[in-house]
Amino acid sequence: MKCDFCDKKATVFLTQLVEGQMKKVCLCDPCAKERGVTDPTGFSMADLLLGGVSAGAGSPASGQKTATGSGGGRKCASCGFTLDDLRRVRRFGCGDCYATFSEEVGQMVRGLHKGASHVGKVPAGLMEMQVLHQRIEELRARLDQAIASESYEEAAGIRDEIRTLEVSNKS
Amino acid sequence: MMRFSTLIKHPADWMTGGQGDHGAVLTSRIRLARNLRSHPFPGWAKREQRAAALELMRPAVEALPAMKGAFSQELGDLSPVQKQVLVERHLISREHAARGDGSAAVIERRQTFSLMLNEEDHLRMQAIRPGLQLSAAFAALSALDSELEHSLEFAFDPTLGYLTTCPTNLGTGLRASAMLHLPGLVLSDQIGQVLQAVSKIGLAVRGLYGEGTESLGNLYQISNQSTLGESEETIIRRLERVISQVASHEHNAREKLLEDDPEMVSDKIGRAYGVLRHAHIIDSKESLTHLSLLRLGGILGFFPPETVMLCDTLLMDIQPAHLQLHSDRKLEPEERDAIRAEIVRSRLHSLDSPDTRFTSGTNKPLPNSHNTGDA
Repeated sequence: MKCDFCDKKATVFLTQLVEGQMKKVCLCDPCAKERGVTDPTGFSMADLLLGGVSAGAGSPASGQKTATGSGGGRKCASCGFTLDDLRRVRRFGCGDCYATFSEEVGQMVRGLHKGASHVGKVPAGLMEMQVLHQRIEELRARLDQAIASESYEEAAGIRDEIRTLEVSNKS
Repeated sequence: MMRFSTLIKHPADWMTGGQGDHGAVLTSRIRLARNLRSHPFPGWAKREQRAAALELMRPAVEALPAMKGAFSQELGDLSPVQKQVLVERHLISREHAARGDGSAAVIERRQTFSLMLNEEDHLRMQAIRPGLQLSAAFAALSALDSELEHSLEFAFDPTLGYLTTCPTNLGTGLRASAMLHLPGLVLSDQIGQVLQAVSKIGLAVRGLYGEGTESLGNLYQISNQSTLGESEETIIRRLERVISQVASHEHNAREKLLEDDPEMVSDKIGRAYGVLRHAHIIDSKESLTHLSLLRLGGILGFFPPETVMLCDTLLMDIQPAHLQLHSDRKLEPEERDAIRAEIVRSRLHSLDSPDTRFTSGTNKPLPNSHNTGDA
């Protein structure tokens, strides 16, 4: 068996379960050391397969496997990153991937952080957009409440307000 | 533009401070991750796309007033030893050092800011300060980030914040960390408890060298893990609070050791002094262990206070790539150990034997205290 990173004889075999799928990696001793495979706390498969591989040499395509499972072919229109890639490396291809794979993002973010939405610094030019976004979020929460309490008249008003804001958001 | 040799010749500003907080906090570091809008992330980008992103970022970064006359190099233009020296100085990451053309490092003259271009994210920006100064470091780096926004458009989402390659950095893209020297907690066997308490509140702790709770040189790093759902200020305030608490535990542990077992403390510090002053062959593990105790001696008054700084500089200078750079050639491990010993001996040449007047022969900590009949 050869090392996945060079052509030496592999001596370290690593098997990891990622979302129920078994992934195997074979490494020679020097490559295993270099990538910290022998230190279980500092090692993750994703590092090995994407970030850790020196740029270029191990471009993601080289380790690509054929699409498996349902919806594995979903693809980011901006950069061509697929759902399979995401499952494999647990990282994203570009900023737009976050919209393309929004469902998966939700699952991945849960438990990883203190919260699910951003609080903190906003790029200067986007401050207005951020304020608007927060206002719409608030209105949506109020709309849900209004509907729950069957105050349909109020709900309709809120709905219209949201629409107006959303239009100005896009312009 | 600054040459590599000029950059590295002097110790960084942050290597020669760190006297506050009982000398327990060596450095504070802030890292921000940013990516360009409408450009694929470096790990997924094709060679030309990576080059295009670099071409956009590098002039913008070099034009920052703070980075005037900075060191700026593509990684392909640096030798392996030069890269390794930058890693040992914490100016670039190990991952970044593995990269070549298409990635760059831009480092401010005094080494207080360093920017990695096309690391895992397009931009990984870092500010380092001596002692516990996370807020100050963040303020400085955030100002730099805001300036960059004038010329670069960052990937940002109202809900997810700054978009990063790995979802572990989403939101603020902030990693704040401090390096701590905790010999008192280690010697008094309290380190495990303290580290456990810290990790329970969602902060990450790791030994700087080595694995597990036993860290070479008794050096530990504490950092935040969560980056989304809290503001930068909240994250930093919590870290600063926890780190000051750990520093004061460390202080108490040292005081207690001196009170309960001054002989053990004097013995350890004295032995460390003896070995470092007289060894001719010393590996990095042994030097780290002894330098840690020498540093402790400096804090406790066994040596003059400037000894602490001397140890901090030595910690950096005895690492393998620094030694190779110093001798300007590739060194075999045995040669390294000999040169390391030589450097240590020469730096400690004028350091007098530990002053143990206040500990020797009695359990009373003060030299002039009257014998109250318990002898």
